[in-house]
Amino acid sequence: MLTKGLPFYTILLPNLLKFNAMFFQQIINGLTVGGVYALIALGYTLVYGILELINFAHGEIYMIGAYLGIIFLGIFTAAGLTEYSLLLSLVLTFIMSTLVCSAYGFTVEKLAYKPLRNAPRLNPLISAIGVSIFLQNYVMLTQGATDKVFPHVIPVTIIEFSNVTMTTLQLFIIIVSLLLMAGLHLFIMKTKTGKAMRAVAQDKIMASLLGINIDRIISVTFIIGSGLAAVAGLMVAMYYGLVNYSIGYLVGIKAFTAAVLGGIGSVPGAMIGGLVLGLIESLGAGYLSSEYKDAYAFIILIIILLVKPTGLLGKSEGPRP
Amino acid sequence: MLKLESVHTFYGHIEAIRGITLGVGPGEIVCLIGSNGAGKSTTLMTISRILTPSKGRVLFEGKEIQNLPPHKIVSMGISQVPEGRRIFPKLTVKENLEMGAYLGSRGQGVRDQGQGDGNQESENLLEYVFNLFPVLKERQKQLGGTLSGGEQQMLAIGRALMSKPKLLLLDEPSLGLAPIIVSKIFKTIRELNAEGLTILLVEQNARAALKLAHRGYVFESGQIAKEGKGRDLLDDPDIKKAYLGE
Repeated sequence: MLTKGLPFYTILLPNLLKFNAMFFQQIINGLTVGGVYALIALGYTLVYGILELINFAHGEIYMIGAYLGIIFLGIFTAAGLTEYSLLLSLVLTFIMSTLVCSAYGFTVEKLAYKPLRNAPRLNPLISAIGVSIFLQNYVMLTQGATDKVFPHVIPVTIIEFSNVTMTTLQLFIIIVSLLLMAGLHLFIMKTKTGKAMRAVAQDKIMASLLGINIDRIISVTFIIGSGLAAVAGLMVAMYYGLVNYSIGYLVGIKAFTAAVLGGIGSVPGAMIGGLVLGLIESLGAGYLSSEYKDAYAFIILIIILLVKPTGLLGKSEGPRP
Repeated sequence: MLKLESVHTFYGHIEAIRGITLGVGPGEIVCLIGSNGAGKSTTLMTISRILTPSKGRVLFEGKEIQNLPPHKIVSMGISQVPEGRRIFPKLTVKENLEMGAYLGSRGQGVRDQGQGDGNQESENLLEYVFNLFPVLKERQKQLGGTLSGGEQQMLAIGRALMSKPKLLLLDEPSLGLAPIIVSKIFKTIRELNAEGLTILLVEQNARAALKLAHRGYVFESGQIAKEGKGRDLLDDPDIKKAYLGE
């Protein structure tokens, strides 16, 4: 992109002048990926808030969600359900993928993290990396190493208003992401289990002294995080149309960056971090260079770690009260 | 009501209590006194099963409880206010109290308030705690971390009462509080006991604790050095010298 001999800004300037339409176009694209990042980032932040563990296998749960979407939609299509009612078939695909993915998350915690609950903090982290590698290879062996195509069953309608286009699928992804985030927020703030999750995150011993079953709350956390990742995986599979056993890696690290950007452990932080990261990526791709799209996330990660390691909404480090 | 039979517990690599045998009868206030590190808090944490005893038995109403998980202990009617109060700083005062009623109320220690459905009962308990500590009602929407030390102690006790315990374990309720607050807390403890709540109290403030308690145990490096009626221990010359500064 950079042409030799010309200063950087002379390339930048004409791009900046194409402001209106392109800007809003990138905002829409950014919100679409940002919503997905936010859903996955929530899984990282919820688990970190309660266990102080970076669950590096979380990206793989997202990848499994994408595969489950293809599998279940395939089953429902073969059974003739999709022809009968596309909506019903899609709704059932979402429900089944979310349930099965939650079961994966639940099992991973019970097998790989729970036995290490009282071990030094590095051990569960290494266990998480192990689970990540295992799940990638497990999917590669059972589903094959080549790309899988998401069934073309959903008609794509393009909504256009003054040079800005948006597909119905983009609109769907943005709405579902925002609804799930609002739902999670209400769950955490208003329900008894949600309040108990916050209590456990703040003081596990005190929570047990009040009769809260810590193991149960941890399981609920993994189930919710994995369910959100499943929805994200399914929506991305619909959006890009292709799925591969390794897609969890990059998206996982980007969502982790989003969680750090917002302040790891903070639920609203993960939501804002995800959306901001999506917007930065998309605006960067539009105005600077789309070849460096993946690099923006990590440039941001480095800047955050240098300038404000606690993230946008993170709590400052220090002794716990 | 509660019985410990030669209980040993490790805290880290140190055997913090070595063969503790003690009992608490229904309706009693029993206090544990002794210097720092004598094993008083470890004893309470062992009863609540945050720490696991390596040897010995813990019996509550005749049932062995040393192998039950902590949340089962609470559901049997044992509630603890731990040292340092451990308020959830980012939960509101009301939410802190609601967490106290997480299991729904099981015991009968605190006077029976209403027999309605669960929600109704929890509302009644909330009213009961607000009557006990009116300042909590004023502050119910504030975050727990913004309360003063005395208010936090009241919140911690109120929260523990929300499960309607039969036995309340209190660890250092007077620690770091102004004398006027301390006397208010001790007065509340006496009132709760008068309503039928059994109390096991750990205190550094030995004089006040022994005056309040029916019986006391003196801890010394993980073992019980002396036990007796509160009044008798107050008059004991060794104890006067070691713990009462006379």
